[in-house]
Amino acid sequence: MSTRLAKQGRLIDRSKQVTFTFNGTTMRGFEGDTLASALLANDQMMMGRSFKYHRPRGVVASGAEEPNALVGLGEGARFEPNQRATTTELFDGLKAASQNHWPNLDFDIGAVNTYLSRFLPAGFYYKMFIHPAPFWKHVYEPIIRRSAGLGKAPDRELVDADTYEHFHVHTDVLVIGGGVAGLQAAKVAASSGARVLLIEQTAHWGGRAPVDGGTIDGLSPDEWVSRTLAELEAMDNVTLRARTMGAGVYDHGYALGYERVADHTPGVPGPRHRLWRIRAKQIVSATGAIERPLSFAGNDVPGVMLAGAMRDYVVNWGVTPGQRVVVATNNDDAYRTAIILKQAGVDVLRILDARKEGGGALADEARGLGIRVDPGKAIAKVKGGKRVKKISICNQDGVGGAREEVEADAVAMSGGWSPVVHMWSHCGGKLIWDRANAHFRPDPDRPPLGADGKGFVVAAGSANGPLALDQVMADADAAGKAAAKAAGFAAKRTKAPEGAAMAENAMEAVWLMPANAEVQLRMKSWLDFQNDVKVSDVQLAAREGYESVEHTKRYTTLGMATDQGKLSNINGLAILADALNADIPQVGTTTFRPPYTPISMGAIGGEARGEVFQPVRKTPIYDWSNANGADWEPVGQWRRPFAYVRPGESVHDAVNREVKNTRENLGLLDASTLGKLIVKGPDAGKFLDMLYTNMMSTLKPGKCRYGLMCSENGFLIDDGVVARIDEDTFLCHTTTGGAERIHGHMEEWLQTEWWDWKVYVANVTEQYAQIAVVGPKARKVLEKLNAKAGGGMDLSAEALPFMEWRDGRIGEFDARAYRISFSGELSYEIAVPASQGLAFWEALVDAGKEFGVMPYGTETLHILRAEKGFIMIGDETDGTVIPQDLGLGWAISKKKDDYLGKRAQERSHMADRDRWKLVGLETVDGSVLPDGAYAVGEGVNANGQRNMIGRVTSTYYSANLGRGIAMGLIQHGPDRMGEIVEFPGTDGKTYKAKIVDPVFYDKEGAKQNV
Amino acid sequence: MLILHCPYCGVDADETELAAGGEAHLKRFGPGSSDDELHGYLFTRENPKGVHLERWRHASGCGKWFHAARCTATLEVFGTYKAQVSGPPQEIRDAISAKRPGWSWREFS
Ligand SMILES: [Zn+2]
Repeated sequence: MSTRLAKQGRLIDRSKQVTFTFNGTTMRGFEGDTLASALLANDQMMMGRSFKYHRPRGVVASGAEEPNALVGLGEGARFEPNQRATTTELFDGLKAASQNHWPNLDFDIGAVNTYLSRFLPAGFYYKMFIHPAPFWKHVYEPIIRRSAGLGKAPDRELVDADTYEHFHVHTDVLVIGGGVAGLQAAKVAASSGARVLLIEQTAHWGGRAPVDGGTIDGLSPDEWVSRTLAELEAMDNVTLRARTMGAGVYDHGYALGYERVADHTPGVPGPRHRLWRIRAKQIVSATGAIERPLSFAGNDVPGVMLAGAMRDYVVNWGVTPGQRVVVATNNDDAYRTAIILKQAGVDVLRILDARKEGGGALADEARGLGIRVDPGKAIAKVKGGKRVKKISICNQDGVGGAREEVEADAVAMSGGWSPVVHMWSHCGGKLIWDRANAHFRPDPDRPPLGADGKGFVVAAGSANGPLALDQVMADADAAGKAAAKAAGFAAKRTKAPEGAAMAENAMEAVWLMPANAEVQLRMKSWLDFQNDVKVSDVQLAAREGYESVEHTKRYTTLGMATDQGKLSNINGLAILADALNADIPQVGTTTFRPPYTPISMGAIGGEARGEVFQPVRKTPIYDWSNANGADWEPVGQWRRPFAYVRPGESVHDAVNREVKNTRENLGLLDASTLGKLIVKGPDAGKFLDMLYTNMMSTLKPGKCRYGLMCSENGFLIDDGVVARIDEDTFLCHTTTGGAERIHGHMEEWLQTEWWDWKVYVANVTEQYAQIAVVGPKARKVLEKLNAKAGGGMDLSAEALPFMEWRDGRIGEFDARAYRISFSGELSYEIAVPASQGLAFWEALVDAGKEFGVMPYGTETLHILRAEKGFIMIGDETDGTVIPQDLGLGWAISKKKDDYLGKRAQERSHMADRDRWKLVGLETVDGSVLPDGAYAVGEGVNANGQRNMIGRVTSTYYSANLGRGIAMGLIQHGPDRMGEIVEFPGTDGKTYKAKIVDPVFYDKEGAKQNV
Repeated sequence: MLILHCPYCGVDADETELAAGGEAHLKRFGPGSSDDELHGYLFTRENPKGVHLERWRHASGCGKWFHAARCTATLEVFGTYKAQVSGPPQEIRDAISAKRPGWSWREFS
């Protein structure tokens, strides 16, 4: 059994008991425990089930690399799945639940998969589910969905109760990792005067050294860490952050830190996580090393654990994972675990050292404690289901025969250590294969490069390869100095601290245990614990022709679980290299991608949620509309009223009322969101002639012209009315969504193509409120305002004809009135300074009462324009439509030599008479056509689907006409007036519509020109 | 997350302030050009592993377009320069030559 020891536990406070629950059972731990150490103290070795076979799995590691012990944490609005028990700090009231099993952890139906494993080999997704196609939808997909994924997604109805934030930081040197190497590197870098940010992913400083022992400058690692930490804290140019993981290193010294501010204190005020967005001149990667498992049969049985992790549980948390332990190793370091266990009173049955020569000084010490050491021996198989029961032992150099069995309840394994090279590799740092230690380590000659072409990451300590304490301290000292120098500081000439540890014999690469294990053993030797990838799976992939490690990874899912192969990568590619008869460096590694471990979506979003997710742009009339029934609709970043709904009305009722009232009486539209761009300068006319398809330079001051803009590819991108203000000045209206885009479009051409043209562009969209006064009584209400104020602008048809504009006073307001109409009614669009917008609107509402005034929203705007056959950018256009498709040839100048898009529109496909063209559509029965529906013609295409000959672009119910009206693009449309076309709907019905002229209302235009 | 120096306002701008604008120094082909010329202008782009000349706009800054000479493989920046030129200025070419002797890009070298 696993249990708390009477002594040990440097990180726990035995005077502070903490209560928590696991799968509903109340358990006790101490302050300073991780969830994993507390579960072990309660003899809860099994913590979850694997992804594919639902095999029982226990904790295997003690830190970020843990693949098995994933739990759902918290509940309700604070529930979060897939949290590693090893990195979860225990707190009073913590609630955890295991995952990936049904109905419960002990008894799981899905575990039957393990008996089917011979039918679920590598690549089974690809092999099994290809045929027959209907099986996919009805059989495979439901099964996979039922069993896929690890933890449960949080309840979609709940909103995360926590808050998150971003920090933006510039520093000279960022040190990632607060072990002894990181502390030393930070100290020497800081003593050069450089600003240093040192981050450590756990709550504690010092990393592994206090557990592994040795001395630094004659002090115990714990004493040295305390002293160095105090020195760093005293320096003004140093920032220290524990619980902050280096998540990723990106271009030009950008790095992300992920601070878990309050995971261990849920509910306290303040953010739960903080994302540090860091710009560093130099980055020191002091991320340590991770131990590799050994590949023997049954290495996934709960109770089999990394040797270093087992040591951590004893020393840091005073917990032993077992009472009778077998140690299996290919190196000296694992002897430390045996020694510490033995000293803690735990029975260490054997040390199975795969090396024939066995260990060095540490082996002697172990023997001295009475531990039996068996060189050249291996684990043939671990027996047990939910817990280690027996170990069968064989020779390492055999196939696994001639076994001897011992009863044990835990195994400590060590396959050697691999540097954590993620921070080095994320942005392109290259690796070299270190044969002596059988690991990849950073190649100092090929670091990730910054903007100046020089390296900006330095690896330090174990992250750089050295594992012995003396080498680690020397390497870290040099790395800190190198980083300071590269950041532009002169490092002080100081002596590196002297580390001292017991000498170790060379390790020996062991990729399979025993070396020639028979297939029954290889089928039970796990490489990737979370995704259930075994030695035999990788060998099968190689036999099936997978040579690239990247392909093998995806085919077998090796290293694709949430731990991203931290334990499995090197072992997996060594097996692949062996199967391919290739060298390991030749096979290479898969790509290291950020983040190092998963970071929360909340941290990525930061403050950007709710109201601050995206700023809402509001016109001066926004509050009035909000108080008068506006049903809001997002249009770009703006909110515009869809309709003004009165009490007791539906939105649809409101639209019908507004549509009729505007045609019969008087409507007001807040058109302030329309883009307004001032184009000014001696070459402004010439410039607009290039931007619009029609001629703008000939427009007379005081007049307006409707214009179309195309991209260089010929497609329509925006439209609007241009007013010439004076000889040098134009005001261009754009669509609501187009203001910024078209402003940018103009700037781009002025800056990068016609930079010698004398033109300035200014976006004055928000400087004006613009109100459309629309309907037969539009002139009357404005004249009433003028009469009240005693004079003002002459608004008669003679003084201000259609498509002209005037500046002057209307009522008490400075106004610019445009006689333009997007509705076909008598219409004035009146711009006033934004600060007067609301007062002007209210004056119109007040004066308009006797004329039956009603505000109207965007839906009425759309219906009125559709009744008139006016196009809308984004409805009739979709980036593939040219003006000629829309019957807008009249707005394309034949006199101009050039405009943007002219040459492209001359291409044969653009002139093809088979292009779909704009027509009106009237349903035979008066109903409303479904939006976006396709028209079908004769025959079928290669897929057996009916040929498409067009589509609906706009469709509405017109209260004025009492029927559905629509516009659409139809092949040969204008030549097919009166024909009936079929539109199959997604509702199973087929709609029939007659092709008609797109102008449904007032074809002569009599109403607008009065 | 590149950092590029804006040659107009002098800011070393983070990529979040910048908008990428594709290849630099495209020659516009309008009416009168052949189909091949138009095709090249609209669609054919360099995609080098190495020296590249490209357009950026300091969109969330001074709003100006500029050019960057950059290595697409190592992210090394050889220099940035104003947009009102039809080819890289001599000092930019020299800066590239110093780091990548013998380089060429379209008609420039
Ligand atoms: Zn700038």
